[in-house]
Amino acid sequence: MSDALSLETVGLTKRFGAFTALDAVSIKVRAGSLHALLGENGAGKSTLVKCVMGYYHADDGDVLIGDRGQEIGSPRAAAALGLGMVYQHFTLVPNMSVAENLLLASGKVPAVVDWKAERAKMTRFMDSMPFRVPLDRPISALAIGEKQKVEILKQLYLDRRLLILDEPTSVLTPDEADEVLGFLRGLVDQGRLTIVMISHKLREIYAYAEEVSVLRQGKLVGAGRTADLAAPELTRMMVGVETLAQPAARAPKPAGDVVLDASGLVAADDRGRRALDGASLAVRAGEILGLAGVSGNGQRELVEILAGQRDPEAGAVKVHGERYAADRAAARKHKVVCLPEEPLKNASVPTMSVAENLALRRFDLAPMARGPWLSDGAIRRAAEKLIGEYRIRTRSPATPIAELSGGNVQRTVLARDLSEEIDLLVVANPCFGLDVKATAEIRAALVAQRNKGAAILLVSEDLDEILELSDRVAVIASGKIAYEAPIAAADRQEIGKRMVAH
Amino acid sequence: MDGDLGLWGVPLAIFAGAIRVSTPFLFVSLGECITEKAGRINLGLEGTLVFGAMAGYAISYNTGSPWLGVLAAALAGSLFGVLHGLICSLPKVNDVAVGIALMLLGTGLAFFFGKPYIQPKAPILPGFDLSFGLLPPRLAEAATINPLFLIGLAAAPILAWGFRNTRTGLVVRMVGDSGDAAKAVGIAAMPVRVAATAAGGFFAGIGGAFLSLYYPGSWNEALSSGQGLMAVALVIFARWNPVACVWAAFVFGGAGALGPALQSVGVTQGYYLFNAAPYLLTLVIMAVMCSRKQSLAGMPAELGIAR
Ligand SMILES: Nc1ncnc2c1ncn2[C@@H]1O[C@H](COP(=O)(O)OP(=O)(O)OP(=O)(O)O)[C@@H](O)[C@H]1O
Ligand SMILES: [Mg+2]
Repeated sequence: MSDALSLETVGLTKRFGAFTALDAVSIKVRAGSLHALLGENGAGKSTLVKCVMGYYHADDGDVLIGDRGQEIGSPRAAAALGLGMVYQHFTLVPNMSVAENLLLASGKVPAVVDWKAERAKMTRFMDSMPFRVPLDRPISALAIGEKQKVEILKQLYLDRRLLILDEPTSVLTPDEADEVLGFLRGLVDQGRLTIVMISHKLREIYAYAEEVSVLRQGKLVGAGRTADLAAPELTRMMVGVETLAQPAARAPKPAGDVVLDASGLVAADDRGRRALDGASLAVRAGEILGLAGVSGNGQRELVEILAGQRDPEAGAVKVHGERYAADRAAARKHKVVCLPEEPLKNASVPTMSVAENLALRRFDLAPMARGPWLSDGAIRRAAEKLIGEYRIRTRSPATPIAELSGGNVQRTVLARDLSEEIDLLVVANPCFGLDVKATAEIRAALVAQRNKGAAILLVSEDLDEILELSDRVAVIASGKIAYEAPIAAADRQEIGKRMVAH
Repeated sequence: MDGDLGLWGVPLAIFAGAIRVSTPFLFVSLGECITEKAGRINLGLEGTLVFGAMAGYAISYNTGSPWLGVLAAALAGSLFGVLHGLICSLPKVNDVAVGIALMLLGTGLAFFFGKPYIQPKAPILPGFDLSFGLLPPRLAEAATINPLFLIGLAAAPILAWGFRNTRTGLVVRMVGDSGDAAKAVGIAAMPVRVAATAAGGFFAGIGGAFLSLYYPGSWNEALSSGQGLMAVALVIFARWNPVACVWAAFVFGGAGALGPALQSVGVTQGYYLFNAAPYLLTLVIMAVMCSRKQSLAGMPAELGIAR
C-alpha cells in the first residue's frame, strides 16, 4: 500500500492577465494529515490547487511533493506522482456509465478493454467502500450527491497518495458528508493518504481537519491548527475585520394572502421518468416556506415549472389567484422572481459580461432601452451600482460572467434578482458554494424580502438553512409533498425520516 | 416495363432502391456520427461527398481500378476533415460556419477539377449477384448488392463496439462529452477532435465514391442530391448510435427510392412530391425529436452551441 505524500507550495503566484489571483502563497501540508483550505469566494483557493495539479501553470513559485521540488506540467503528470483532485465543477463524462468513467480516469486505458476483468476489479473495489453507486448507471442519471460520490470513489479507485477536494460536501446532505469525510479521515489516520480539503463549512473543518490555511484576495493570511483557532478567529481571518451580516429580526406578523398556489403538479424529468407526482403547495405573502428533500425528488422540475422552463403534464399554478403562465409578461405583472440552482448554467449567459447578465431582467425597459436601442451607459451604471452593493468580485463589469469564481457568479445572479420588487420569490439552494460571509448576507436578504411582504419558496438540500429561515417547513419525496408543519412544530428527526421514506 | 412482376415490382424496387440510395446516406451518417461523438459538427460533408465522388472517378479512370478510386476518395475526404478540424481548433471559430464554407469549397473544387471527367467512362465497381443466376432477371437485379453497402453494414457494429470497448472509442466519447473531464486526466481534446473529423471525412469520401463509381456510376455536377447535408439529421435520428445509423439510412433510402419505384410501374402523378419524401421525412423527424419536453438522450454534451 502506498504512503501519504506531503505538499508544500513556495511563493506560488498566478496571474490572469493583469489580475493577480494568487500572490506568493506558501502553504505546508504534512504527510498523513487532513488540511483545510479556507477563504471567501474568489480568494483563490481553486486557483491554488489547480496550480498544484498542473491544470494551471503558476507564473512564479514552486511546488514540493514529498519534500522534492516538482515541475508539474499537466494533470497527467500530477497523477503519475500520485496526486488526485476532485474539482469544484464535476469532471465526469455525463453520457458514460460509472464504470466507463472509473476506467477513463486512470489515464491508462488498454487499447482494447477487457470489460469482464475491469468490472470484476471495480466490483471488488466497490464492495470495500462504505458508499457505492451502480456501475452501469450513466452519470447523467445520477442525483447530484451521487455524482459527487462517484468523483470521490474515482480518486480512491486510483490509489492516490495525495487527494485534493474542492468543496466536496457542498452538494451532500450533512449525513452523507459525515459518511464520506469519516471514511476519508480513516484513510488519513492509517497513513495511506494526505488530504487537502476546500470547504466553507466550519463544522466540517473542526470535525475533520487538523490544520488550516486561510486565503484572502490571493494572499495567505493565516494558518494553524484547528484546535488552536476558535471559529470567530477563523472567520475574522477569512473576511477581514468586518462582522457577519445578521439576519434581520423576523417581523412577527401573520402571513398574508396566498400568493403561490400550486396544485396537483405532475411532470416528467428529462428522460421521461415521472419526477413530480401530484405535488401541491401554497405560499402566503410574508412567509418563507422551506421545501426540504434529498436532491432528485422532483425539486428541480418544480422550480423549472415555476420558472416556465418546463410544462407540467397535469396540475395548475396560480399566482394571486390567477392562472400563471410563467412567461416574461406574467412574471413582471405578478412580480415573480425565480432563482434556479446552478446559476451559471440556469440563470445566466456564461459568455456575456457581468453587466449584461445583471441587465437581463430590465434591458428591454427604460432607461436601459430607448426604443429598439440599448443604452450601454445605463446598463453599465446599473451594473456598477449592483457590483458595489453586493460586493461582486469581478475585474470589470465587462468581464464574462463565466470567468468569475463560483461564489461570485451566485452573487451576481442574486444581485440582479433580489434588487427587483418581489411578490413571489422562488429560490433553489441559494447558498450552495458560498462562503460564510456571503451566506449570511444572502440569508439576511431573504428575510428582509419576507419582512417586506414577499412570499418565498425556499427549496434547499441544506436542512439547517431551512430550519433557520423558514416560517413553515415542507418535505418533498418521490415527487410528492410528504410533510408540512409550521416551524414551531417542525421536528428535525421527523423531517429527516420523511426525506428518505418512499 | 416489367409485366411479369406487376405491382410486386413496387416493394421489390423500393427494397433494391433503398439499398442503393441508402449507401451514401449510410457512409455520411457513420462519418458524421464519429465526428459528432468527438464534439464537433461537420456540416461540410456535402462538399466532401461531392469531392470524393469526383476524386474517386478520376482516379478510377486514370488507373483503371475502381477500388483505388474508392481509396482516393476516402483519403481526399480525410484531408477535408483535417482541414475542418484544424480550422475549428482556432480560437473563436464556429464549426457550423466552417462546415458551410468547406461545403462550398469542396463542391467548387470538385466542379473545377472534374470538368475533364464528365465525358469519359471510368471503370466502376462490380455488384455482387446474391441470386447466383437462380432468379428471373428482374428479381436478380434486386438481389444484386453493392460491395460498399456491405462494407458500411459491417462498419456500423464495429464502430459501435469500438466506442464501447477500445481506448480510442472511449477517448473520443469522453472528449465529445466533457472537454473538462478529458483535460482533468490530461487528454487534449483538440487532436482527438481533428482525428475524428478526419475519420468522418474518410467515410463521407467513400459515400461520394459510391455515387460516381456504382450508382448512378458516372461523374457530373448534379450527382449529389444533398446526401451530405442530410447526415446531420440522420445522426440525430440515430441518436448518435452507429448501428441505428444503418436503420436511419435505410429508412431515408427507402423514402428516396419511393418516387423512382412508383414511376417504374407507371405512377407518374405527384412524382416530384415522392421525390421530396426524404426531405419531408427530415423535417418531420426533426420536429418530432427536438421537442422541449425531452432533451436528446445520447447527444454529446460538447456539441455545437452547447460549447
Ligand atoms: N480562468 C480564469 N480567467 C480569469 N480569471 C479567473 C480564472 N479563474 C479564476 N479567475 C479569478 O481568480 C480569482 C480566484 O478564483 P478562484 O476560483 O480560485 O476562487 P475560489 O477561492 O475558489 O472561490 P469560490 O469559493 O467561489 O470557489 C477570482 O477573482 C476569479 O475571478
Ligand atoms: Mg473555488
